[in-house]
Amino acid sequence: MRGTLDYLQYSAMPILKLVRGMSLAAAVALLAGCDAVVMSPSGDVAAQQRDLIVWATVLMLLVIVPVIILTLLFAWRYRSSNKEATYKPDWDHSTVLELVIWGVPLLIIIALGAMTYVSTHKLDPYRPLDRIAPGKPVPEDMEPLVVEVVSLDWKWLFFYPEQGIATVNELAAPVDRPIRFKITSSSTMNSFFIPALAGQIYAMAGMETKLHGVINEEGVYDGFSANYSGAGFSHMRFKFHGLSEAGFDEWVAKVAAEGGTLDRDVYRELEKPSEREPVHYYAEVDPTLYDAILNLCVEPGTMCMKDMMMFGHGGHHGGHGGDKADKAEGHGGHGDHAAGHEQHQ
Amino acid sequence: MFDQIDLTKLIFGRLTWEAIPYHEPILIATFAAVVLGGIALLGALTYFRLWGYLWREWFTSIDHKKIGIMYIILALVMLLRGFADAIMMRIQQAWAFGDSAGYLPPDHYDQIFTAHGVIMIFFVAMPLVTGIMNYVVPLQIGARDVAFPFLNNFSFWMTTSGAVLVMVSLFIGEFAKTGWLAYPPLAGIDKSPGVGVDYYIWALQIAGVGTLLSGVNLLVTIVKMRAPGMTMMKMPVFTWTALCTNVLIVAAFPVLTAVLAMLTLDRYLGTNFFTEDLGGNAMMYINLIWIWGHPEVYILILPAFGVFSEIVSTYSGKRLFGYASMVYATVVITVLSYLVWLHHFFTMGSGASVNSFFGITTMIISIPTGAKVFNWLFTMYRGRIRFDVPMLWTVGFMVTFVIGGMTGVLLAVPPADFVLHNSLFLIAHFHNVIIGGVLFGMLAAITYWFPKAFGFKLDPFWGKVSFWFWLTGFYFAFMPLYVLGLMGVTRRMSQFDDPSLQIWFQVAAFGAVLIAIGIAAFLIQLVVSFMRRESLRDETGDPWDGRTLEWSTSSPPPAYNFAFTPRVHDLDAWWQMKQHGYKRPESGFLPIHMPKNTGAGIILAGISTVLGFALIWHMWLLAGVSFLGLLVVAIGHTFNYNRDYHIPVEEVVRVEAERTRVLANHG
Repeated sequence: MRGTLDYLQYSAMPILKLVRGMSLAAAVALLAGCDAVVMSPSGDVAAQQRDLIVWATVLMLLVIVPVIILTLLFAWRYRSSNKEATYKPDWDHSTVLELVIWGVPLLIIIALGAMTYVSTHKLDPYRPLDRIAPGKPVPEDMEPLVVEVVSLDWKWLFFYPEQGIATVNELAAPVDRPIRFKITSSSTMNSFFIPALAGQIYAMAGMETKLHGVINEEGVYDGFSANYSGAGFSHMRFKFHGLSEAGFDEWVAKVAAEGGTLDRDVYRELEKPSEREPVHYYAEVDPTLYDAILNLCVEPGTMCMKDMMMFGHGGHHGGHGGDKADKAEGHGGHGDHAAGHEQHQ
Repeated sequence: MFDQIDLTKLIFGRLTWEAIPYHEPILIATFAAVVLGGIALLGALTYFRLWGYLWREWFTSIDHKKIGIMYIILALVMLLRGFADAIMMRIQQAWAFGDSAGYLPPDHYDQIFTAHGVIMIFFVAMPLVTGIMNYVVPLQIGARDVAFPFLNNFSFWMTTSGAVLVMVSLFIGEFAKTGWLAYPPLAGIDKSPGVGVDYYIWALQIAGVGTLLSGVNLLVTIVKMRAPGMTMMKMPVFTWTALCTNVLIVAAFPVLTAVLAMLTLDRYLGTNFFTEDLGGNAMMYINLIWIWGHPEVYILILPAFGVFSEIVSTYSGKRLFGYASMVYATVVITVLSYLVWLHHFFTMGSGASVNSFFGITTMIISIPTGAKVFNWLFTMYRGRIRFDVPMLWTVGFMVTFVIGGMTGVLLAVPPADFVLHNSLFLIAHFHNVIIGGVLFGMLAAITYWFPKAFGFKLDPFWGKVSFWFWLTGFYFAFMPLYVLGLMGVTRRMSQFDDPSLQIWFQVAAFGAVLIAIGIAAFLIQLVVSFMRRESLRDETGDPWDGRTLEWSTSSPPPAYNFAFTPRVHDLDAWWQMKQHGYKRPESGFLPIHMPKNTGAGIILAGISTVLGFALIWHMWLLAGVSFLGLLVVAIGHTFNYNRDYHIPVEEVVRVEAERTRVLANHG
């Protein structure tokens, strides 16, 4: 018993030093990983997620590294050929040790749990951003850029309601301006993910999920579906352009100049499964189309989901019928509701 | 509709010659190999006149020991299939860059990763765990068999029936292209009109019957059939983990059955549980299947924890450190495993409060798990550790598993999960815990209990070769996947654009080759050990200086396990008996009441396979007939009153005298 404690005390110092050294080295190695986009993102949200990964890892290494070292150490020291080592075949209990082996993981999990609670709320994808970079709050007069995202088999359709344009498999946004994504799917489930920008969120038919992010550096980044959705899934990728303010205006102008029309007929053609779809631009966009896709009523003659819900409730919420399904901001209407439900708060 | 019944349709359903994939050279070659191998095997069985022996002594056996061994054989056969899938994926991903599409079109590749996941979880890991529990638990608690011996045989054959359906899908039709959990809407009838998802559904439903019944069986066995004196807190730790695992099975598998039944209704009858409109919601499927799916992870890992507890204590020559805290840790994990399932879909849009709740409950599981690791560590402390192969697996597990545990807790932090979810980081994580935990545990268990089952030890040289190749192979195969995950690479991709990723996939493929050598070494070990069985013979029944009751009988144990039911006074019952100069009783034997073999299990499972096949292919006539057959055989079996017999006392005396002679010779 006493010997155990002595032993632990004796071994604690070098181990702690080692942990500090190793975790620092690991953190540096991870941060410096040039290709590892998750470890060196270009958007503030993703950067905070990266920091969380690093800190959580360092915290856990406080237990993991000693355990690995002690395992190898004990395996070597108490090998049967080493007759010098103490052998105590009936020693099977120590209250102090029990307290330590339950207590230390408990303390670490308390710390990690607190980090989790705070960061999960702070980095909730539904929560509008309050800063665009460390120490740089969102200016009062700056409205987020709204992008409506639709996953199709197997390509991405982006609506820019303010700009009145739409694109396929190409996304652009000005740097340092918050972006608010509203995300749905035409049929299969996908996950909308631009690792350099922010975490992912599922795209599901008949439902709308939300994601907030901001890109801080100009550049071209990869975006893709992170949830397997069938044969064309591997090529369900797009480029995300982080542009300067002027560059973004130019890009919008280019789309408006080169783009064609996106009405329901064009959409029904586009919706058909296709692979490696090239970039498309649309200048004339049916303003009700996104809402119709979300409510599964693009086909003429189909009843929209939100109206179906109204129908079931005797229509006394009818006054809201024309609203966009995303009226509920932030925590009120998360994606686990059918689009129509959000009308009934 | 009924005025023009199409007879061909009624008999053959959707099955046409088109369903045979003769245009796929890989499948044709596999098919040819399987047919040739099969013919050779069947020929050999016939030539050596083994059919009668197999039928009488194995297929119809209700002996838990033989059923346990058959489960493990099933698992090893399916491991080869599942690993073949794995290596095909690794080759494809190391190859298909830029303009090269690799050698597998998405249609084929998507079936392979689905089959790999389904086979490895349901038909490798589960039968390994069930097989080891089946073999060891009754011996550890001093029982002569499980509580329901016929049910045990039936359960095994139902599991096998599921495996057979998965194998049939390789050559007739196709397997699901949906990923191993078959999420709708992709698994719905609109997106997956073929037979693949139906193979998936019926294979799992039939095997699920077996798993659930086997769970009930072992649960009752542990609760009701322990030797006198073995109170709950004197049960060996492996039996404890088996108890908790079977509680989990009994509570979780009905959820899987229900959710698959609803998917079946959606696909067959046009209901709308998980469709996009008419009130259906695919999120409910994901929710429900993970309510089964997360406990499933602990169903697999808990028995592995139990195995390591037995091994570390035996080879350290020391009592297990902190038995009580080990038991409480197991129970806490069992309860908590029901409170974490949502962490599989943080990215589905639940709010921050829901996500952080499930994130934190997930982390809390790491506390009892951590306590277990420390308990193994302090069992080694001041022990006399013999590094036989099972102990090597244990040390390899302890080092590897904590890394997987760490990345698991990392994934439990919701904002971190938002960037790591569905990435290769996740793939690396769960292979880290399933290979490093479950598989290492089961290979250790096989090596540890092999001499008990067969009367000779496994050859240590090939065992060590297998261990080192598995261990290094694992690190080569999965550490690159962690890196790729951090590079933003997602799972289930069949082609890549970015050439800088390729080197990592090549390293991973190299790792898979090392694992292949590890598997080969394991198989060689079986053959070599059989050839050298005389020099590896265990005559004492206690080759490792064991501590629990299974080591008190002969190797292999007689059909009745124990001539007299042992009395238990201590946690390490056999160790305590040895310490106190236990004398084996050599007289006073009585006839032993035993259950009788029956063919009902294999016949029922055989008809179930036919029924499943008929339902998959919409062969309604055959489905009706086989369902009727199922009822007739099941009801007929209830009229079989010829179910038990007594081993005559002369036979017991003869077997025990032989054991006395062997022990005396041994010295």
